[in-house]
Amino acid sequence: MFTFEKVSKIYKDSSVALADVSFEVKFKEFVSFVGHSGAGKTTILKMILAEEYPSGGIVLFEDINVHKIRRSLIPEYRRRIGTIFQDFRLLPGKTAYENVAFAMEVAGKPDDIIESDVPEVLELVGLAGKMWNFPNQLSGGEQQRVAIARAIINQPDVLVADEPTGNLDPVNTYDIVQILKKINDLGTTVILATHNKGVIDFLGKRVITLEKGRVLRDDSTGKYSL
Amino acid sequence: MFWRNGLVSFTAVFVSTVTLFTLGAVIIGNAFLSTSLAELKDKVDVNVYFLTTASSVDILNLKKRIEGLPEVKSVEYIDRDEALRRFVERNKGNALLLQSLDELGDNPLGAVLNVRAKEPSQYAQIADFLNRGTKSTLDQGEHSIIDKVNYADNEYNINRLISFINSTHKLGFTIGLILVLMVALVTASTIRLAIYNSRQEIGVMRLVGAANSFIRGPFIISGVLYGSVSAILAGILLYPGTYWTTKITSGLFGGIDLVSYYLSNIGQIFMILLFFGILLGMCSSFLAVRRYLNI
Repeated sequence: MFTFEKVSKIYKDSSVALADVSFEVKFKEFVSFVGHSGAGKTTILKMILAEEYPSGGIVLFEDINVHKIRRSLIPEYRRRIGTIFQDFRLLPGKTAYENVAFAMEVAGKPDDIIESDVPEVLELVGLAGKMWNFPNQLSGGEQQRVAIARAIINQPDVLVADEPTGNLDPVNTYDIVQILKKINDLGTTVILATHNKGVIDFLGKRVITLEKGRVLRDDSTGKYSL
Repeated sequence: MFWRNGLVSFTAVFVSTVTLFTLGAVIIGNAFLSTSLAELKDKVDVNVYFLTTASSVDILNLKKRIEGLPEVKSVEYIDRDEALRRFVERNKGNALLLQSLDELGDNPLGAVLNVRAKEPSQYAQIADFLNRGTKSTLDQGEHSIIDKVNYADNEYNINRLISFINSTHKLGFTIGLILVLMVALVTASTIRLAIYNSRQEIGVMRLVGAANSFIRGPFIISGVLYGSVSAILAGILLYPGTYWTTKITSGLFGGIDLVSYYLSNIGQIFMILLFFGILLGMCSSFLAVRRYLNI
């Protein structure tokens, strides 16, 4: 599904974020990227989202070169990818329901579908009872669940998660990882960046270990080891 | 978007209103100076006073020759009786003068030709022509029929006034333009500030794959709203503005009525304000959003 071919990223101050990174992510796979801060996890995710451009090499999504997509078509491409972040990035002025519905409005979905889909997805992430709460009335774990609901509401091909448990306690971390696993089981590719050892060990899925912008290891049923 | 960030909207509207008010004031001020300049130019003329002995045939001949000059716009012939009538009219209150006029019995005034040039700068040439004409008739041994040409008396004042108005006109326009430009920049940054508050929202919109036009739309519409509301406010504010200016300057220039000027051109002025208001709001919004749409 995603193919990185000798991708490198060198910033203007000649600091190297990625060097000759090659790997492939298959359809319906659950891949985790681990590594210290600055190892290049976030850079890889940004490349997938077409927010960063490589200095060398190519990134393919199916057969499309991600970085040759016309600017005007990038929003359409991004709608095929759901994203969640450490800091949730919810709109504080909108309720949980509205935050999720917003992603559908943006995609131009009709109102009746929005009204039926949003409660369904919020139920999937276990927030059916707090649909009308604002983000500041929700715990960190609950906010992240709203973000996950928003990310999957448009049925993306892939879910990209950048340190989704970074701000959460162990119990909430466990819940979020369970939800990610469930989403993967339902057929969505998941790409996760984390430095949480417990998460990796619990998942028992493919792990790509990065160090200083290079792929150190690529284990099919990995353990966290640095 | 417009109502949600109330204070910022208020600031943006307020600043845009000041911009548009300035623009309106510059337009009206410019018209005011143009009008007064035209009026003043119209008041400038050259009078040719003839001797009482001059025959009307000679004067009419001369009138024809003056009318033949390319610089001359019009020549008015005021015969001796008319000159007397106007003199009496002008000095109605002066009993002593009128009494002495009566005692004279005869009409002491000569006929007058009132010459108007197309441009004030051309009076020098006309006056020159008239003076030469006087001399040439003298050379031919005839009595000159011209008593006096009053151009020289007024020349200095006329030129000074005209150059004063011209430079005021230019200076006012330049200052106005700079002012409008400055305030427009302040408006642009205020609107930008309004959008800065929404950068988080823009970030989330991009995240969930909103098309750029979808993100821009509401901001541009609120920019248009800022501009329209400001144009209406500025249009309303200009009314007391012109009223007040008219009142204060009524002593000068014989009072040009700015209020009636404004009211009779209100459609045109308002359209200009609306056009610039919307343009300003739209461009500022567009540029500000573009900053957060990068990548």
